[in-house]
Amino acid sequence: MQFLPELTLLGASLIIFMVSLGKPDSNKMKTIAICLGSAVFAATLVSFNEKGVLFFNSYKVDLYSQVFKALIATSFLIVLILGQKLKSIKNSVHPEYYLFMFVSVLGLMMLVSSVELLAIFIALELSSFAVYIMVPMRDESGNYRFQMEAGIKYLLFGVTATGFMLFGMSYMFGLTGSTQLSVVMVQLSQMYTQPAAIIAIMMVLAGFFYKLALFPFHFWVPDVYEGASNETTAFIASVPKLAAVALLIRIVSMVNGEGQTIVTILMVCAVLSMFYGNLSALVQTDIKRMLGFSGIAHAGFVLLGLLTFQLSGYANSIYYIIGYVVMNLACFLVICSISKNGENVQISDLSGLHKRAPILAVTMAVALFALAGIPPFVGFMGKFMLLAGALKQGYLLLVILAAINTAIAIFYYLSVVRITFCSDPDNNNSITNGFFTNATSILLVFIIVIMGVIPQRFIDFATLAVQSIK
Amino acid sequence: MDQLLFNSDYPYILSTLIFLPLAGALLLLFVQNASFARYWALGVTTLTAIISIPLLTNFDTNSAKFQFVQQSSWVKSLNIQYVIGVDGISILLVMLTTLIMPLCVLASWSYIKTRVQTFMICLLIMETSMLGVFVALDFVLFYILWEAMLIPMYLLIGIWGGPRKIYASIKFFLYTLAGSIMLLVGIIWLYKTNNYSFFIPDMMWKSYSISAQVYIFLAFFLAFAIKVPMFPFHTWLPAAHVEAPTAGSVILASVLLKMGTYGFLRFALPITPEAATIFMPYVLWLSIAGIIYGGFTALAQHDMKKLIAYSSVGHMGFVTLGIFVLNVEGVEGAILQMINHGVTTGALFLCVGMIYERTHSRELRSATGVGKYMPIYVTFLTFFSLSSFGFPGTNSFVGEFLILAGAFKYSTPLALAAIPGAVLAAAYMLRMLQKIVWGGTDNPDQSWLTDLNAREIVTLTPFLFFVFWIGLGPQPFINLMHTSVVNLLDQFHAHQGQAVAAAELIFH
Repeated sequence: MQFLPELTLLGASLIIFMVSLGKPDSNKMKTIAICLGSAVFAATLVSFNEKGVLFFNSYKVDLYSQVFKALIATSFLIVLILGQKLKSIKNSVHPEYYLFMFVSVLGLMMLVSSVELLAIFIALELSSFAVYIMVPMRDESGNYRFQMEAGIKYLLFGVTATGFMLFGMSYMFGLTGSTQLSVVMVQLSQMYTQPAAIIAIMMVLAGFFYKLALFPFHFWVPDVYEGASNETTAFIASVPKLAAVALLIRIVSMVNGEGQTIVTILMVCAVLSMFYGNLSALVQTDIKRMLGFSGIAHAGFVLLGLLTFQLSGYANSIYYIIGYVVMNLACFLVICSISKNGENVQISDLSGLHKRAPILAVTMAVALFALAGIPPFVGFMGKFMLLAGALKQGYLLLVILAAINTAIAIFYYLSVVRITFCSDPDNNNSITNGFFTNATSILLVFIIVIMGVIPQRFIDFATLAVQSIK
Repeated sequence: MDQLLFNSDYPYILSTLIFLPLAGALLLLFVQNASFARYWALGVTTLTAIISIPLLTNFDTNSAKFQFVQQSSWVKSLNIQYVIGVDGISILLVMLTTLIMPLCVLASWSYIKTRVQTFMICLLIMETSMLGVFVALDFVLFYILWEAMLIPMYLLIGIWGGPRKIYASIKFFLYTLAGSIMLLVGIIWLYKTNNYSFFIPDMMWKSYSISAQVYIFLAFFLAFAIKVPMFPFHTWLPAAHVEAPTAGSVILASVLLKMGTYGFLRFALPITPEAATIFMPYVLWLSIAGIIYGGFTALAQHDMKKLIAYSSVGHMGFVTLGIFVLNVEGVEGAILQMINHGVTTGALFLCVGMIYERTHSRELRSATGVGKYMPIYVTFLTFFSLSSFGFPGTNSFVGEFLILAGAFKYSTPLALAAIPGAVLAAAYMLRMLQKIVWGGTDNPDQSWLTDLNAREIVTLTPFLFFVFWIGLGPQPFINLMHTSVVNLLDQFHAHQGQAVAAAELIFH
C-alpha cells in the first residue's frame, strides 16, 4: 500500500507500452491515458495516510510525501485533460509520448519520497530523461525545427546541473561518510563555517534550482518553453516544480538557519530571479516565453519562504507553489485550447477572446491577475504571506525588492488581459471546447479564488505536512 | 477592543452592504440578458442603498468609536481578522457610495450598449470593494479591497472607454498599483512592530521612532497622494476620467478619489502623527500647487470631461489643504468637501455624459448653445456649475468656507495663496456654462437635440437635492463627523509635541 501510487504508475506505463506495440488511434489512446491518470490519482488518495520507510531507509513515505504525490497526480491529470488532443505531436508517437510522461511522473513521485542521496539522484534522472525525449517529439509540420534546439538545450543544461549536483553529493559523502539525508544534514550543520560544506549544499541545491528554473540555472527556460509543444510545456511548467520544491524543503528543513552564508546566497538568487524574470518578460510576444520568464520570477518568490528557515516559511512556500501551479495550468489550458494545430500562441492571438470563448477569457484573466498578485486571488495571498514571513525575519531590503517586482510584473500580465478583454477579435474563429475542458477551467478558477479567500485551511495543512518531515 | 462599539440591533448590516452587491454580481454571471442585467443591477444597488439608511438613523454621534462593528477571525496563522465598522469619518463616505451607485446604473441605462451584463457585474463588484475599503478595520482586509478594486475599474475603462481607453486604463492601473506597493511593505512592518496584529485601531497613536514614522508616512503618502490625486501625481486622472464611460467617471470622481483623502485621515494622521507634522508644510504647499495648477489647466481645456477632471485636481487640493491644516474647521471642511465634490463633480460628469450620448462629442465647441433647446438640462447644469465653484447657498460653499477658515487659522499667507484657486474655479466653470447655455454667433445647429427624459431627470434630481441640503443646512452632516474629528485631532495634538522638537532639530 505504501508504494501503491508508484506501482500504479509503473503498471500504467507498462500498459501504455503494450498498447504502443499495436497501432491505437489517438482518440482511444487519449481515453486510456486519462483513465490511467485518474487511476494514479485515486491511488495517491488511497495511500494518503500511509507511513513507513522502504528500501533500506532510502525511501520515506510520510504525510509530506503523500501530500505532494496527490498534488503531482492532480496536476498531472489536469495536464492530461487540457492537452488531451496532443495537437502538435505526431499521431504515430502518441503512445510513446504518454509513456514518457508517465515515466517522468513516476520519477517525480519517487523524488518526493527519497531521503537518500543516490535515491534522489536516480529519481531525478528518471524524471528528467523522460522529459528530455518529450521535448523534441513535437512534429515538424509547421516547418519549425526549434524543438530540436530546445531539446538539446534542455538536455545539456540538465546534464550540467546534474553534474553539479553529483559533485556536491560527493562532497557531502566525503564530509560526512553517509548518503542518508538525515545523517548528512545533521553533520553538515556542525560545519557551517567550512566552505566545503557550503559548496556541497549549494551544489546539491543547484540540481533543484534547475528544475525550478531559478537564477542562475534558468537559461533553458525561454527556449524550451517556446520550442516544446504546448502540452509538454504545460507539463514542464507545473508538475516538476512541485517535486523540486518538495525536495528543496526536505533538504533545507534539515539545515538549521545558523548558516548566514547560505541565507545570503539564497537571497541573491531570489532577487536576481525576480528581476531577471520580470524584466525579460516585459518584452515577450510569445505567450509561452512570457510565462517562462514569469516562472523564473515566481521561483524567486518561492525561495523567499525557504530562506526564512522557519516552519511557517516552508508552509508558505508550499502554499505558493500550489497556487502557482494552479494559475499556470489555467493559463496553459487556455493556450492549448486556442492553438489550432498546436502552433505557438502569440499574445496578439488572444485578441477578442472574450467574444470567441468567454469561459476561456475569464479563466485567462483570473489566472493572470492571480499571477500578478492582485487580491483576492491566491497569488496575492501567497505573496503576502511570503513577504510577511520574510519581514518577520528582518529582511526588509529583500521584501522591498520583492514588492517592487510585483509592480514591474503587473505590466506584462495586464497587457495580456487587455488583449483578451478589451479588444475586438481580428478573426472570428470561435473556439469550442469539450465539456471536460470547460469544467476543468471553471474548477481551476474556483480553486484560485478559494485558495485566495480562505487560505487558512491550506496553510494549516501545509504546516502539518512539513511537520511530518521530522 | 475599547475602540469598538457593537450594535445589537444591526449586527450584520455592514457585511450585508458589502456582500449584497457581490452576490448580485455572481448571479448575473449566469444570466445572458441585457435588459434583465440593467433592472437587476438597479434593484441590487437600490436595495443596498435602502439597507444602508439605518446606519444613519442609528449612528451614535456622541461616540468616536467604531460602530456597527462585526468581528471574526479570518486567517488565523497571520492573525488577519474580518473586522469592519464605521465612525464619523467614514460614515458619510459609505452613504455617498451606496446612494450614488443606483444613479450610476441609471446613467448607464442607454449609454452602455455592448456587453451590458459584464458592465453591471463590474459595477456591482466595484460597489463591494469600495464599501469594504471604507469600513475595513483590518489592514489586510483594507489592502485586499483597495487593490481588488483596480480590476473592475480597469475593465470599466478598458472595455467601454473612449478612443484612448487602452492607454488610460493601463496608466490608471499601473500608477495606482505601483503607488500602493510600498504601502504593503509598510503594513507588514506595522504588523511586525505591533505584536503581529493587523487591527488598525491597535496601530494608531503608538510612538514609533521618528525615522520609522517618516518611512511609513512616505509609503502612505505615495499610495494616497496618487489616489487623491495630488499634484504632481495627478497625470493619470485626466486620462482615466476622459476615457472612462460616464458611470466610470462618476465612480472615479465621487468615490475613488476620496479613498486617498480618507487614507490620510484614517491612517497617515493616527499612525504617523509626528511624521505628518514634519511633512505638513510640504503637503500644504503641494495642495496649493494642485489648486492653482488645476484651476489654470481647467481654464485652457476644450474637452468638457478634461475640464472637469482638472477641476477635480483643484478641488481635491482644497481637501488635502483642509486635512493638513489640522484644526477642527479644516478637517471637518475637508470631509464635507469630500462629500460635496462627490455630489457636484459626479453630477457634472453625468451632465457631460448626457450631452455625449446625444452629440457623441465631448468638445465644448460642439455643445455650444444647447440652452435654447435643452432648458431643463441647462438648469441642472447651472446649479451644479455654481456649486462647483462654491457659490453661496450651495454645498461647496460651506466646505470651502470651512477649509479656508481653518487655513486662515493656521497661517494667513497659506490661505491667501489658496484664494486664487477659488477665483479660477469661478472663471473656468462660468466659461463652460456660458458656452453651453448661450455660446456665440457661430453655434452649430442644435435644434435636433432632445431635452432630458424622465430617467435622466430622476438621475440628476438627488444630486441637486444634496447640493441644496448641504448648502443650506449642513449641520446634520457636521454633527455626524464632529465627535470623531475632535477625537482625532485631540489625540493628534497630544502626540505632536515631540515631533515639533524633532522637526526643529532637522530643519534649523
